[in-house]
Amino acid sequence: MFVLVEMVDTVRIPPWSFQRQLNEAVSEELNKKLANKVVYNVGLCICLYDITKLEDSYIFPGDGASHTKVHFRYVVFHPFLDEILVGKIKYCSQEGVHVTMGFFDDILIPPESLQQPTKFDEAEQVWLWEYETDEGAHDLYMDQGEEIRFRVSDELFLDTSPTGPKIDETPPAQPGQSAAAAAAAPAQDTNEKKFAPYTLIGTISEPGLGLLSWWNN
Amino acid sequence: MEVKNANAAMLSNYEVFRLLTDLKEQKKDSGKSKHSAGQQNLNTIMYETLKYLSKTPSSRQRPEMVQAFLSTMRDHKLTKAEKLQLLNHRPQTAVEMQLMVEESEERFSEEQIEELIQTISQLLPGDPEQEVPANAGAEMA
Repeated sequence: MFVLVEMVDTVRIPPWSFQRQLNEAVSEELNKKLANKVVYNVGLCICLYDITKLEDSYIFPGDGASHTKVHFRYVVFHPFLDEILVGKIKYCSQEGVHVTMGFFDDILIPPESLQQPTKFDEAEQVWLWEYETDEGAHDLYMDQGEEIRFRVSDELFLDTSPTGPKIDETPPAQPGQSAAAAAAAPAQDTNEKKFAPYTLIGTISEPGLGLLSWWNN
Repeated sequence: MEVKNANAAMLSNYEVFRLLTDLKEQKKDSGKSKHSAGQQNLNTIMYETLKYLSKTPSSRQRPEMVQAFLSTMRDHKLTKAEKLQLLNHRPQTAVEMQLMVEESEERFSEEQIEELIQTISQLLPGDPEQEVPANAGAEMA
């Protein structure tokens, strides 16, 4: 579930923190920068593991702060492919079952990867497994808050770094129309969806996977 | 910022649990919560991760147990990823073992799987809530 990632970065210590031990000040800055943030193609950073090397600190003209190049190791949440994880069901939607682990929320199990045959109950907004035994068919509901065991089948990293302002492609409008065009452009920006920088795709279509209550005797 | 090695080492849940509990103790001892605006992210992730890990069986492990477990597992032919999953999840049924060990039917016989489950139950601590009813039953009889 967790891996150790070796990274190098230059840490800026402001002058008012000069009385502190360099190690402490650097650790705090690194945690401030990386904790609870997703690094592209690496994973969700949890906390600093240790500092392997501190190089010399420099002060540059125009800035009173010291800059130190630090080699360190960080604890990162990055499950490997096919790893088994346990989470809680956040909610169900047409896209599938959304699972959360508390510290990480963007886990989705798409309908194809649920135990077949499965059906979406529109009234209760919940997916259910139509489990058939010799006695008859049972409907096993995937309710909110239930603990669920799933296998990681895929991961998606999205670069959510800010992009520049959009260049207006409409030709320069007449003075009478320009107000309407200007009003349309900001409305477009607010409709943009926010994408998660790191998403996990899971599957439960194997014996043993799914709600823990299904498999406990 | 540069990433030198995105996969330098794998950590077990217990190691991360210990690291975060020690960090929490340190913060409590140092007392001051200065720069709380900047520390908020760290506090959030620490709290949530500790909450998740304290509910797993791996939070009750100790270094000696992990060492004993790994030396026992060395004789069985398991990959590092499989041993890590067994350590983190503490499977108690054959179905769970099948999930974590690839092609377990071809690599191990049923008795060997049972043996593995027994070893795991002995070496790694389980849920105290699950074990208490068993003791209560024994006392009443």
